[in-house]
Amino acid sequence: MKKFTLSKPAKDRYITYGMLAVIALVVQLYITYGDASRSFKGLLVPTCVYILAAIALNLVVGISGELSLGQAGFMCIGAYVGSTFSVMTEELIASSALRFPLALLLGGMVAAVFGFLIGIPVLRLRGDYLAIVTLAFGEIIKSVFNNIYLSTDKNGLFFSIGVESKANHEFDAATQVDYIKGAMGISGTPRDSTFLICMVVIFIAMFVMLNFIDSKQGRAVMASRDNRIAAEAMGVNVTRAKMTAFVMSAFFAGVAGVLYSHNLNTLQASTFNYNLSIQILVFVVLGGMTKMRSVMIATIILYVLPEALRGFNLSNYRMLIYAIALIAMMLINNSAAIKRVREFLRAKFARNKNVGGEV
Amino acid sequence: MAILETNDLSIQFGGLKAVSHLDLKIEKGELYGLIGPNGAGKTTVFNMLTGVYQPTGGTIYLDGVCLNGKNPVEINKLGIARTFQNIRLFGKMSVLDNVRVGFGNSIKYSLLESFFHVGRYRKNEKVVTEKAIELLKVFDLDGEKDTLASNLPYGKQRKLEIARAMATNPKLLLLDEPAAGMNPNETAELMNTIRFVRDNFDMTILLIEHDMKLVGGICEKLTVLNFGTELAKGNTAEVLHDPRVITAYIGEDE
Ligand SMILES: Nc1ncnc2c1ncn2[C@@H]1O[C@H](COP(=O)(O)OP(=O)(O)OP(=O)(O)O)[C@@H](O)[C@H]1O
Ligand SMILES: [Mg+2]
Repeated sequence: MKKFTLSKPAKDRYITYGMLAVIALVVQLYITYGDASRSFKGLLVPTCVYILAAIALNLVVGISGELSLGQAGFMCIGAYVGSTFSVMTEELIASSALRFPLALLLGGMVAAVFGFLIGIPVLRLRGDYLAIVTLAFGEIIKSVFNNIYLSTDKNGLFFSIGVESKANHEFDAATQVDYIKGAMGISGTPRDSTFLICMVVIFIAMFVMLNFIDSKQGRAVMASRDNRIAAEAMGVNVTRAKMTAFVMSAFFAGVAGVLYSHNLNTLQASTFNYNLSIQILVFVVLGGMTKMRSVMIATIILYVLPEALRGFNLSNYRMLIYAIALIAMMLINNSAAIKRVREFLRAKFARNKNVGGEV
Repeated sequence: MAILETNDLSIQFGGLKAVSHLDLKIEKGELYGLIGPNGAGKTTVFNMLTGVYQPTGGTIYLDGVCLNGKNPVEINKLGIARTFQNIRLFGKMSVLDNVRVGFGNSIKYSLLESFFHVGRYRKNEKVVTEKAIELLKVFDLDGEKDTLASNLPYGKQRKLEIARAMATNPKLLLLDEPAAGMNPNETAELMNTIRFVRDNFDMTILLIEHDMKLVGGICEKLTVLNFGTELAKGNTAEVLHDPRVITAYIGEDE
């Protein structure tokens, strides 16, 4: 019998996997055999995209204890890289069963590289610098992709940032194909994202992240979050731990972007704005910032409910309420001043208890 | 050769000489006490020994290796582990995980093995979990292995800090006021535990403590700090009867 006893985190993981399997099965049966409405079907892939982006962000915010406001930027990178790859290789790799996984991996990997590059300077610092830098990063990425042009003709590849150099370029009109068209984005991405594929991707992401959390590298991340000084004193390389979580998060955000872009006729960078980053952060914060499962459930509730309530005209106030709740929670949880007060009080009590002792 | 040796160790914060010209020499297996009134500079010494602060003068040698200029992570790997005066546990992690963090550098498996829980992951995690539970037993904490560290009562938090430090397999263990906030029963029990750790793990221990019963009961040698300078040093019984030491402490009570 002993063989079958599971550790507490392992049990918890199997509950999450079970839940994912049930959701996938029930929804899939419903859309195959039930009379699911068009709008319900339309919500499925976006919901999955948000779930993936949110659990990925939770790795940074909840597990690593850093504030990141640039999740949309990583999704944008993933979306563009994945779509460009799929559009360009649609004829070369006819089978979407091969092409789509490659697109997902590629989108995730490029986003991860950007995460790494941002992390190098920022994660060495103590304090909320990551929030500032990722905020700027998200905006820059959006603007850059809004101005990217990528075309081919018989002379080869043409790439530019800004429309002027494209306007000045001599194309061979007969063979010219425009892939990325500035603010017009990318159109014609194959619609490879299905609900089931999305669920499989979420399952894999969840598996990898939960396994990571229950490993020595994951424990190092949480130790760095709970007490940086103690973590270092126990031999934990805090910068490396935080970097690992941040790069993983960027990777899965990139993958979420690929899923997203393969569900659209036209992909535009303006989608990946600040509001999107904040919305995902709200899912994470209101999901409790600890358990991946709670973040997933919070995402489903918070994303699907307002969509369902659109008729009641409440969605106008959504961002306002989010913003207020968010600011309040950040002030309480992340403020250095409150942390200091807490630590001061703890030290004070320790000292007072000691005063009664001898000598 | 002494396991820890500092020469002329000094640090200055602005105009304040927090520690000046401290010579410490601790032999392997010793239970050594660092005492002194509040603000004498005891914790500051620990912070220099562990790389939290860089000394502004003097040298630190651990087992013949110079620690000057090294960061806390490197120093921990070289063999110094510590506890904190203001408890610094990993509050949102379980008791077991707090200790397993300490074992982090002694287990080897790659990130890829972590992602999929394959390869060396399984065997190493099993070993490390068993070792962690063994260690928790020494501190009578194995019954609470799944409790969140921040939910432990105060006395047990202090013990968990020692267990976690021990998990890094140190040559030298630094305890900063391990009995602070404990009642006399808990303190008596802690004294036994500290002795047990020294005897059974071949540990060298340097501890800061205000509880003179504990200091007199388990420390073999003492250094007394006052205003950052050494006031007295030697065998515990002699030092505690030194009139200068008594004056320093009585002065503090006023
Ligand atoms: N980072 C710092 N910057 C400035 N002054 C400091 C710093 N750390 C400690 N000090 C000062 O150095 C002196 C010694 O402090 P330390 O904490 O080492 O005392 P201690 O002997 O541990 O006292 P206690 O018994 O109260 O713990 C104090 O005057 C303290 O204010
Ligand atoms: Mg102190």
